[in-house]
Amino acid sequence: MANDIALKAPRNSARELPHTVSPGLWALAWRRLKSDHVGVVSLAIVVVFILMMIASGTGLIARDWSKEVGVNYAPPSFIGADIEAGAPAAPAAPAAPTVPASEYKSDVVDPLADVLAELKGEKKPAGAEAPAAGASTAGAGEKSVDPLADVMADIRKDAKEKKAEVAEARLPTLPLGGDKWGRDVLKKTIKGSETSIFVGLAAAAVATFLGTLFGAIAGYYGKWVDDAFNWFYSVFNSIPYLLLILAVAAVLQQKGTLTIILILGLTGWTGTFRLIRGEYLKHKAREYVQAADAIGASNTRRMFVHIFPNVSHVVLVQLSIYTVGFIKAEVILSFLGFGVPVDVVSWGSMLNEAQNELILGKWWQLAAAGTAMAILVTAFSLFTDALRDALDPKLKGLAGA
Amino acid sequence: METLVSIRNLKVSFRLDRSHSFEAVRGVSFDIPKNATVALVGESGSGKSVTSLAILGLLPRENSIIDPASRIDFDGRNVIELPAADLRGIRGSQISMIFQEPMTSLNPVFTVGYQLTEVLRLHMGMRPAQARKRAIELLDEVGIPDPEYKVNAYPSQMSGGQQQRVMIAMAIACEPKLLIADEPTTALDVTIQKQILDLIAELQRKHQMAVLFITHDLAVVGEIADHVVVMRNGEIREQGPAKRVFENPQDPYTQALLQCRPRLDRRPVRLPVIEDFMDGGAHAMNLTERVRGIATSDPIILDVRKLGKDFYSREGLFGRRKFEAVKDVSFRLPKGKTLGLVGESGSGKTTVGLTLMRLHEASAGEAIFEGRDILAMSQRDFMPYKRRIQIIFQNPYASLNPRFTVGHILTEPMDIHGIGANAQERTELAFELLQKVGLPEVSFYKYPHEFSGGQRQRIAIARCLTMKPDILICDESVSALDVSVQAQVLNLLQDLQDEYKLSYIFISHDLAVVKYISDEIMVMSEGSIVETGNSDEIYRHPRESYTQRLLASIPKGWQGGHA
Repeated sequence: MANDIALKAPRNSARELPHTVSPGLWALAWRRLKSDHVGVVSLAIVVVFILMMIASGTGLIARDWSKEVGVNYAPPSFIGADIEAGAPAAPAAPAAPTVPASEYKSDVVDPLADVLAELKGEKKPAGAEAPAAGASTAGAGEKSVDPLADVMADIRKDAKEKKAEVAEARLPTLPLGGDKWGRDVLKKTIKGSETSIFVGLAAAAVATFLGTLFGAIAGYYGKWVDDAFNWFYSVFNSIPYLLLILAVAAVLQQKGTLTIILILGLTGWTGTFRLIRGEYLKHKAREYVQAADAIGASNTRRMFVHIFPNVSHVVLVQLSIYTVGFIKAEVILSFLGFGVPVDVVSWGSMLNEAQNELILGKWWQLAAAGTAMAILVTAFSLFTDALRDALDPKLKGLAGA
Repeated sequence: METLVSIRNLKVSFRLDRSHSFEAVRGVSFDIPKNATVALVGESGSGKSVTSLAILGLLPRENSIIDPASRIDFDGRNVIELPAADLRGIRGSQISMIFQEPMTSLNPVFTVGYQLTEVLRLHMGMRPAQARKRAIELLDEVGIPDPEYKVNAYPSQMSGGQQQRVMIAMAIACEPKLLIADEPTTALDVTIQKQILDLIAELQRKHQMAVLFITHDLAVVGEIADHVVVMRNGEIREQGPAKRVFENPQDPYTQALLQCRPRLDRRPVRLPVIEDFMDGGAHAMNLTERVRGIATSDPIILDVRKLGKDFYSREGLFGRRKFEAVKDVSFRLPKGKTLGLVGESGSGKTTVGLTLMRLHEASAGEAIFEGRDILAMSQRDFMPYKRRIQIIFQNPYASLNPRFTVGHILTEPMDIHGIGANAQERTELAFELLQKVGLPEVSFYKYPHEFSGGQRQRIAIARCLTMKPDILICDESVSALDVSVQAQVLNLLQDLQDEYKLSYIFISHDLAVVKYISDEIMVMSEGSIVETGNSDEIYRHPRESYTQRLLASIPKGWQGGHA
């Protein structure tokens, strides 16, 4: 931070003065933040989570989260396999390795194979997709069976792949347990953090950007511009929040991370708008802005070069508050089923799955996603508080004295 | 004379962080006798307010340390060692205080009557009806007209002077033994200041109170103080009876304070500054008179004709109310001369300046600059003229962007107006100007919050000079500064005028300053010009009664009439 400030000071001066660059307000704020232990610890936690998100996003870790590495509902390692082994998985787990691959496979596809056999009138040879496909295209009488044969082919292929997977022994326990399909909950949590934190940060960035831009324009220009924005804001704010989100979700009509970001970003700007508008109203009357007018600075310059750095601490704190809020909002939306698509894992979708698992007493997915979220949200909130304290302009006088 | 408060060896320091502390008061001892007025005089940072807060036990407990050897005896009890409950008892009823800003000291959501009766019921145990009756009496006593009606008014419905009177009424409501007045007139107009000073003096005599009057302005003190204590940097430089201190000051700092303020009867080429006294060279100063005044042969640079500015306030659903801030103002500004603009707050003098800069759009009139009416131009056409008329604002703490370095502040206008061929040339020019206004080169890399008020005003002046203006509007530019710093900035402004032939429009409520720096003076009242004339002429022979009243209100310093 101190270096950033140093860069701002013109370096191209003809004289090389033996000067020490004085700390700017940002540097002072950073210094205050550093002396706040809670702030530093929570910042460290947030940074760890963000690094985790980046590592997961670039595929360094948790790339194979969707692989079913454990037995169904594999319990966490620290509990041990025994509790779980009691009922459903016990026969399945030993069965998998002992049953011959072909039989196991045919076992899986049994019902459909019967149908097929009935339709074809012949006993289908195991593992012969190509002839089956060829037959379906060749025989005229079999044309009516065509679609099903295709499905069959897919299913067989899947089954074959699955067979290969199952052939590798499934683990009886996983570090933090497994889900319904035996996927590693730890990896799911890490992969889920990628979605949740990214959605939180990106949506917060969109919402804060919109709120700041609208707020700056409304507050700075005032008069009818301000009125127009205020009408827009009031209309927007008069619609119940969840309803608005559902409406936007319906309009965008596709599930996906980007959609969630847009939904949260487009509906969340109002709080920042109100705050920033107030700040601009206050600042535009300040003498330093009048002084900027007097030296001939344009409106845009006054708005963004002069006033913006003086309200940027508000924006930063808003960004931080929104990130926390949107991480939670993403979880809620995914939980309600309006969130990310099924092939993407997020903390919200994990919690959603956990609903059904809880009935069976499988609590670890809930615990993992819940704990991860609680730690991040708490750390982020504490960091936000520390940030606000460090940036509080009321302390400026003390720092300057 | 009996002593009411005796302060012995008071030392107060403030913790800044874990390892640093700042000693604000370093061993101060003085007495406040009963039934007398003691003036505590000092510039900002002298520790005068900290001393008064220590008497009240109002210093913040978290970060202030009072040296254990210090004593503040009030009526025989050491205030420093009193428990908080006893202190509270003393505070409202035996010691009370008036603050500088009446607007912020009164609670805006309660009527003044409510706030007064609250004090009376709390400290005097009066019943509501009785308290209300007493409140009306008090308002009458402090000179509020129609007190039965005004008792139901909210603070915002009163003028600044009336609000300060209400504060005084609250302060004397419990018949305190000691009244502490912390810069009670600094925020007020000169005519109101006079009235408030008279009121405090009268109440002091009538109620036989002791008054501790804190101010930065020795001239104000001269009319009311019995004893004067002069503080600087947390130490007492000089104390004694007012007569002695004013007539025969011993300490060079006191001498400097008395000399730095511009006087009405003299106009030296340069004002003396503190440094002239502190190194003992008091008599080496250049005290030759500067000749001011306007001749008809002076070339005119700006010709303002029938300038008007209306503001509209919304009233009701569709109605608008017109308020004429400036009416029909005409004047001519000669090149290289200073036009002083005097008036009380609300007289429209600042609006004139802002309108000429086109920070407000004029409602009527024209301003001819180099043959063109700058008020009628489009903003685009005005751009090249904009840099040639510049303004220095009143509050140096507010007029510099706190997020910019001084270097950025100085080079920005050159960037905008394309002055200097490249960044390096602009930087060079900025260094040159810093030197010109008397700041070290290293200031270029610093932020405004690292400078004192006077230094910031120099930065603001340097910023204007980057644009090589022809006209400089000084809007109360030295009013917020300490007396000694004010003299330095005034000297700087004069030097710059001599060097660059700048024309000034000098707006101020301080008549002594305006008289010192102006060639011609315009007196404004309620948006109109009341009187115009050469500055010496106006002071010697004011024609209008308003001007006469203004002049009569100027604090005269020591009169030798009382004590």
